[in-house]
Amino acid sequence: MKNDPLKKRDPNLLLQSAPLLRQELTTPAAMKEVWIALLPATAAALWFFGLSALLILITSISGALLTEWVFTDKQKRRFALSDTSAGLTGLLIGLTLPPGLPLWMAFLGGSVSIGLGKVIWGGLGTNIFNPALLGRAFLLGTFPIAMTTWGAAGGPGEFFQLHSSNLALPFMQAQVDSMSAATPLGLMKFEQQGTALWSLFMGNTAGSIGETSALFLLLGGVYLLLRRSIDWRIPTAIFLTAAVFSFIMFLTDGDKYPSPLFTLFSGGLLLGAFFMATDPVTSPLTPKGCWIFGIGVGFLVVLIRLFGGLPEGMLYAILLMNAATPLIDRYTQPRIFGRQA
Amino acid sequence: MATDVSAYEEMIKGLWRDNPVFVQVLGMCPMLAVTNSAINAVVMGLATFFVLVTSSFLVSSFKQWIPKQVRISLYVIIIATFVTVVDYSLLAMLPAIHKELGAFIPLIVANCMILGRQEAFASKHGVKYAVMDAVGMSAGFMIALFSLGAVREILGVGALFGVDLFSANFEPWVIMILPPGGFLTLGLLLLFFNWFTERRRQFLIKVADVDKIAVGVKDNG
Repeated sequence: MKNDPLKKRDPNLLLQSAPLLRQELTTPAAMKEVWIALLPATAAALWFFGLSALLILITSISGALLTEWVFTDKQKRRFALSDTSAGLTGLLIGLTLPPGLPLWMAFLGGSVSIGLGKVIWGGLGTNIFNPALLGRAFLLGTFPIAMTTWGAAGGPGEFFQLHSSNLALPFMQAQVDSMSAATPLGLMKFEQQGTALWSLFMGNTAGSIGETSALFLLLGGVYLLLRRSIDWRIPTAIFLTAAVFSFIMFLTDGDKYPSPLFTLFSGGLLLGAFFMATDPVTSPLTPKGCWIFGIGVGFLVVLIRLFGGLPEGMLYAILLMNAATPLIDRYTQPRIFGRQA
Repeated sequence: MATDVSAYEEMIKGLWRDNPVFVQVLGMCPMLAVTNSAINAVVMGLATFFVLVTSSFLVSSFKQWIPKQVRISLYVIIIATFVTVVDYSLLAMLPAIHKELGAFIPLIVANCMILGRQEAFASKHGVKYAVMDAVGMSAGFMIALFSLGAVREILGVGALFGVDLFSANFEPWVIMILPPGGFLTLGLLLLFFNWFTERRRQFLIKVADVDKIAVGVKDNG
């Protein structure tokens, strides 16, 4: 019965099992957008901090990947690693680290990000706090001195000038680095000294390797906004709130408090607003919730910077609002169509 | 009544199967508060050991005369007596550690693990079993305190019982000797304990299945 017409395949008939409609936006695709958006900031990091930045990024990413590999179920391993979210977390925490940090701490940071920030909650999509920021908070609490020793920014000519403190042996202290410098926020807070807006904009200042260059962060952020990968309400609310709040403070005492532009372009505000506060897992789902979330972050970051003990407040501002996210989601549920509010 | 279970069994259960910290999750206050160094943890463990064993002994000896209605307050009085003994002995013998443990020595009275053993075990069993149970439980408590204190001291200071384990260049993990380090370490230890117990259970089930299959094959053949 080889030529039975009933068993012949019709070339025009496509037989498929459900689901027949495919969603274009998959997790790997969403992650790819963020990778692309982080390219300029990463390039700026390499430009200003050279080989140190490269090594820190490599170690933090490998720490994150290795932890994901070790703690993921054997059968889900390939799937979990192929969505590149673990590597992205590693890159994000790497970008928030100071250039002179010993590499073993960067590795630990990456692995804590994934281990305590993600895997322990049940993997991708189930964590409460942004994994990269949780890893950074752990490092900041564990190694407060190493995490607040900043190296000055260089140029491409000094690419191979490695910070000697990078190469500290595991569990050992770093030698004191002669290249240390204060960040613009530190100068502002402790010495009432401003930094030229142009260098804040370009990124030629001391700071975490990925946070200094406002221009390149804005490039990545605008790309994400144009691709609609992130909710525009969150960064907008953060910028508006931070600008308005710091402008009010600037009006009360212009010598003591920085201008709103300084607030926006200094520290990790741009990096956090575009890439960390907008993390779809740890930010609210509803439009109204996004506004509340962004306003909360913007308010807290200026509050911590101006009145807290730390020069920079983006880390704790986002983590605090992450904690409030389930509550915000619960109270901003949209009205069901056809029902009274 | 557990008269058919050997006294040895009563003692050994507190070490692992019914460990007061890892399984029952009792006595969290001293667990988190005084384990920033191994020596503090061990001294606290010894103090708890003394209080638990002596009060279990007393409670189970007096159980016929303790009226049901006021039993909890009587247990507390008995426990408080021995806590006072421990408090003043430590003050006399180890004043430095007594100062470091501070309010947590008197607070042994409020350790729910101790009161729990009186209510759940000592008041229902004979003296021998009660003491054996108390020894096992407080040994299990001490193991838990020590493992937490050791991890925190090794990472937080780079030493164990005050002896440096690394060179002077060791970078201390500041968070470990602060309260967050206590929560983190306890959480991870509980995680590890549950993971290990679950693996062991799976393994035992597997072994039992294999035995069953083997028996089945023999029956069929």
